[in-house]
Amino acid sequence: MYRYDEFDAKFVAERVEQFRGQVARRLSGELTEDQFKPLRLMNGLYLQLHAYMLRIAVPYGTLSSRQMRKLAHIARRYDKGFGHFTTRTNLQFNWIKLVDVPDILAELASVEMHCIQTSGNCIRNVTADQFAGATPEEIEDPRPLSEIIRQWSSLHPEFVFLARKFKIAVGATPHDRAALQFHDMAVDIVKNEQGRVGYKVIAGGGMGRTPYIAHVMSEFVEREDILAYLEAVLRVYNQDSRRDNIHKQRIKILINAIGPEEMRRRVAREFDEIKRTGSLQLPQAELDRIAAYFAPPAFEALPDAMPLLDSKNGGDRAFENWKKTNVHKHRAPGYAIATISLKAIGQVPGDASADQMDAIADLMDKYSVGEIRVSHEQNLVLPHVKQKDLPAIFARLQAIDLATPNAGLITDIIACPGLDYCDLANARSIPVAQRIAKKFADLDRQHDIGELKIKISGCINACGHHHAGHIGILGVDKKGVEFYQLQLGGSGAEDASIGDIMGPGFGEHEIAGAVERVVNVYLKERKTGERFLDTYRRIGMAKFKEAAYEQVPA
Amino acid sequence: MTKLLKSGAFAADPFVSVADDAVLPDGDIIVSLARFQKERESLLARNAPLGVRLQSSQSPELLGDDVNRLSLVVLEFPKFRDGRAFSWARMLRTRLGFTGEIRAVGDFLFDQVNYQHRVGFDAWEVPDNFTIAQFQKALGEISNVYQPSADGRKTIRDLRASR
Repeated sequence: MYRYDEFDAKFVAERVEQFRGQVARRLSGELTEDQFKPLRLMNGLYLQLHAYMLRIAVPYGTLSSRQMRKLAHIARRYDKGFGHFTTRTNLQFNWIKLVDVPDILAELASVEMHCIQTSGNCIRNVTADQFAGATPEEIEDPRPLSEIIRQWSSLHPEFVFLARKFKIAVGATPHDRAALQFHDMAVDIVKNEQGRVGYKVIAGGGMGRTPYIAHVMSEFVEREDILAYLEAVLRVYNQDSRRDNIHKQRIKILINAIGPEEMRRRVAREFDEIKRTGSLQLPQAELDRIAAYFAPPAFEALPDAMPLLDSKNGGDRAFENWKKTNVHKHRAPGYAIATISLKAIGQVPGDASADQMDAIADLMDKYSVGEIRVSHEQNLVLPHVKQKDLPAIFARLQAIDLATPNAGLITDIIACPGLDYCDLANARSIPVAQRIAKKFADLDRQHDIGELKIKISGCINACGHHHAGHIGILGVDKKGVEFYQLQLGGSGAEDASIGDIMGPGFGEHEIAGAVERVVNVYLKERKTGERFLDTYRRIGMAKFKEAAYEQVPA
Repeated sequence: MTKLLKSGAFAADPFVSVADDAVLPDGDIIVSLARFQKERESLLARNAPLGVRLQSSQSPELLGDDVNRLSLVVLEFPKFRDGRAFSWARMLRTRLGFTGEIRAVGDFLFDQVNYQHRVGFDAWEVPDNFTIAQFQKALGEISNVYQPSADGRKTIRDLRASR
């Protein structure tokens, strides 16, 4: 993991004191709420329906056990004993007092954490593949570049008052687990024809009320030029984006208005100039220095315990089920990647209690070199566990209610906080997620259905990624009543697509039934090996739509 | 009322802002981009320092090669959320090589002064109650920087390398 040196530590400590001053100016009335708002947002502090919400950055989703314990402590001392992992791999506390925030930031700084740029119209916390450094699929670990981007973007003087927020993700595998194509900008680590590693840069993806898949900006940027290229994209965006309509100020709107070709031309011009001045070149030595922090742990020479991974081992059915969905292949023989689902049936997706966080920290220390990852699907991942330890890990997870064997299945639902917390929401998301999860609680049925990603947003801002759900659900407000629209056929993976809207919404008590009827159409129509998404893409909307509405009174 | 802060101290403002339809006075003047484009030759022929005021939607590139015949470029912040002028200042200093005064006017916050300073602003039109101590505090709150900008400061990477 990356460790702060004296410069990083001083930077974060000074930022805490700067924010302490800003809070004091707000509390004394020197700053109006309107003036304070962009300042607090740049530090992850939102004013929600009931209280302040503080969003803590988890850069590229990587946490140490020491950091996890600190989060548990903050949850207990300053919040109501739990936290919420988000689709941006951050952690939110929903019941924070303004006066406590500077002290919380100081506590975070003591474990090399902060809230810098987790909200506001600036470059947000960078995200990456949650299997980084552990999966055999990747070209290289995406986290060193993510850390370099984190440093470059921290209080970047030119880009802290952008037209809108700006989200960057980094991936390095053919199988995209980080929803790259739905980001304002993403870097895909690739190899060119000569076998040289470099970066493919895409931009202009996004969800919200106007969903777009990203366009390719450059197929191959050389290593040393990557910061120059990213800065060029940001500069064109900052200069040329609209500023007259908040709904049309994301980079996706600019790129689709002027066209990707024109965008590439403008970026290329800036890029050439930045390269010429040379000040943003990334020397190989710097890349190597950062990469050394992420060097793989010393894996023991272990045999692959293949029975553990592939067969019914000893007949513990609960363990076998968990293994089937929550355990993935590791780069080192004898090791595995284990996903801890935060989607227990009937619970709030992404929530973890302080006690669970402490228990997870113990598991991290005992079994996974003290490290964990947060995924954009709101689960946690133990990246480096020995296959022979899996039964013990599973037993411990069972004891703390975190052994739900549903990673990637229909009950592994992404949901935004919705109207239970958020003052932007039109409808509640959490109860709908809970209702659907309960309907499909039967594990055999979940396994029969296979990979099916349900994503729920409580408003058009799409924090729950509904556009990218195999089944997406959007909460809307119709004359004071919550309704839920269905979208089918979205994907946030390498086969990215935006879901098609089915038609009028369903009532709060109808939506889970409608989802079930849609799933039944899939079970009836599927061909061997087809996922829900594949069947939908083959047969289209009609049959699903007919079934969904058949039991709804007109 | 406002006052001018330049090069770290309060200073008398030698420039007079002239409306588009007003008669030009003698001495140092600031005109809008529209007036500059319309009366370019006569304005450049005057024997006194000239400044041009740009709205946040107007790129300094609209000044063309004339930019380096100006003594002052005024960049407007119509509201503090509009951050385009951060890039315009950077462009003036880095691409266009402008060495004259870049002045921030309009609605900006104390908390933005440091960023403005980094991208190349060297003059600010500030409220009358603004103090030099506040200015110095704004510049000094964060000691080190991660990224190069128009101020030419050593970055944290440079500092690491010279340890």
